[in-house]
Amino acid sequence: MLVLDQLGKTYANGVRALDAVSLALPLGEIVAVVGGSGCGKSTLLRLVSGLDRPTDGTVRLDGEAIAAPHEKIGMVFQEPRLLPWLTVADNVGFGLAALPSGERRDRVAAQLARVGLADKAGVWPRELSGGQAQRVALARALVGRPEVLLLDEPFSALDAFTRADLQDHLLDLWHDAEPTLVVVTHDVDEAIALADRIVVMRPRPGRVAAEIAVELPRPRDRDSAAWDAAKRRVLAALDDAREGRGGARPAEAGAALWW
Amino acid sequence: MGSDAAIPVTETTASGRPRARAGGAARRWRAAALGLVVPVVAAVGWELAVVAGLSDGRLVPPPSRIAETFTELAATGELARHTAATSLRVAAGFGIGALAGTLFGAVAGYSTLARTLVDPTLQALRAIPSIAWVPLFILWLGIFEASKVALIAVGVFFPVYLGVLGAIAAVDRKIVEVGRIFRLSGPAMVRRILLPAVLPSYVVALRAGLGLGWMFVVAAEFMGAGEGLGYLLVDGQQLGKPAQIVAAIVAFAILGKTTDWLLVAATAPFLRWQDVVAHQEAT
Ligand SMILES: Nc1ncnc2c1ncn2[C@@H]1O[C@H](COP(=O)(O)OP(=O)(O)OP(=O)(O)O)[C@@H](O)[C@H]1O
Ligand SMILES: [Mg+2]
Repeated sequence: MLVLDQLGKTYANGVRALDAVSLALPLGEIVAVVGGSGCGKSTLLRLVSGLDRPTDGTVRLDGEAIAAPHEKIGMVFQEPRLLPWLTVADNVGFGLAALPSGERRDRVAAQLARVGLADKAGVWPRELSGGQAQRVALARALVGRPEVLLLDEPFSALDAFTRADLQDHLLDLWHDAEPTLVVVTHDVDEAIALADRIVVMRPRPGRVAAEIAVELPRPRDRDSAAWDAAKRRVLAALDDAREGRGGARPAEAGAALWW
Repeated sequence: MGSDAAIPVTETTASGRPRARAGGAARRWRAAALGLVVPVVAAVGWELAVVAGLSDGRLVPPPSRIAETFTELAATGELARHTAATSLRVAAGFGIGALAGTLFGAVAGYSTLARTLVDPTLQALRAIPSIAWVPLFILWLGIFEASKVALIAVGVFFPVYLGVLGAIAAVDRKIVEVGRIFRLSGPAMVRRILLPAVLPSYVVALRAGLGLGWMFVVAAEFMGAGEGLGYLLVDGQQLGKPAQIVAAIVAFAILGKTTDWLLVAATAPFLRWQDVVAHQEAT
């Protein structure tokens, strides 16, 4: 169980990026975090990952307070962030340095096969496409078998086809060990494709504006009416969360474009 | 901690690479051959001019006379002696200067406090033309080896210091975060993230330092030396032997190029991942 309790963050420059965010995520839940730019989504993930310390409140994983990066918490960034001087296989095995080399090799090979890149093991990162590189980053985060995997707009730099492909792939990988997933995204369809629950945030200060349970059966049909209904609910919640907007509401399509 | 994940020398097995590399090599040879056209034409032309009696070639000796002097110096063992003396000075000065530059650069790059403490002073010292230290070094260290090595070391120090400092400052914070996510300790962070990340610029800095080392050894040997290629230069000037001067210059060129090539060759295995130019040529 991952518990965020009254989490707050004020940056050194005085920006209140996050205020009183409380969430509880049981093991294996997939949560998507959506919200306009600057409403503290990345800040939230950085606090949960232990890369940054909260100014108020706590993050607890199975009762243990998280104040620094933790072996049970993995992270995938918006960019693949592969180390260019290591081969793909060595990048995937980067966090397994403590394992004996034979076991490390086996686990890296198995994980690379799981992301469909077994043939790229000996290749340099610069020789990968964007989608392949992000799959290697996924493999690197998953090979350590984290209990919680945090993903900050992991597919936002990819084209629509690759993105949908990787979303399905992520769900498939999730089945291996069923970790808790927290996915920050700008893409409502991505949130609906992945999440059991969608957390909508509002800015200045960053707060949780709404939580929407997505109760569509899996595998989810992107063309179904239920999908469209869920999408409308999320877009409406996003629109409500927009700061300083009363009265006139833009058309839904406009809202989707705006953020 | 297992180590093979950290050493950036893994076999790469991308298919089609040997062929691509051969094509790149052929192109490089062609470029090298084209680069030789101008000096070869000039040398042959001058040789012919002297043979034809258009010039006596006294002040500007033709290639044949330079080669003659060169082989003469080599045969008597003079060349080896002078080359050894000069190379030793450069080796000592480069070793000391590069080591100090690396240490100061690393500490100043790593710690903001150290940087604010020492960087302004070092930047001010850098503004002094290094040759200006010569009288002081001679007073402090005498006229023999120590003052010469000190001058070379000063010349090597600054490019290495600046290179290391800049390289550390330029390490991508995002990649450091990857190290933090995987909970690397301080030393592991240095060994597995920072060192590989700064290595390319470090090699560039060392090459710049080495080049300055060869430059400053000449200055050092001008200020009075009983042996060394710089001594051959001064000697050739005083006794009016231009062929000897040019022979020494040629020796400098060969040495400078060779040591630079050795440095590149020694570090190339660690920088294969970065072989951007060859890669682009291949595709
Ligand atoms: N290191 C920092 N120092 C100071 N302020 C920061 C820092 N990082 C973020 N902020 C501020 O905190 C607020 C939230 O930023 P954050 O990056 O969490 O937003 P976000 O929701 O991830 O936005 P986006 O969707 O654009 O990625 C913003 O106002 C931002 O300017
Ligand atoms: Mg963000």
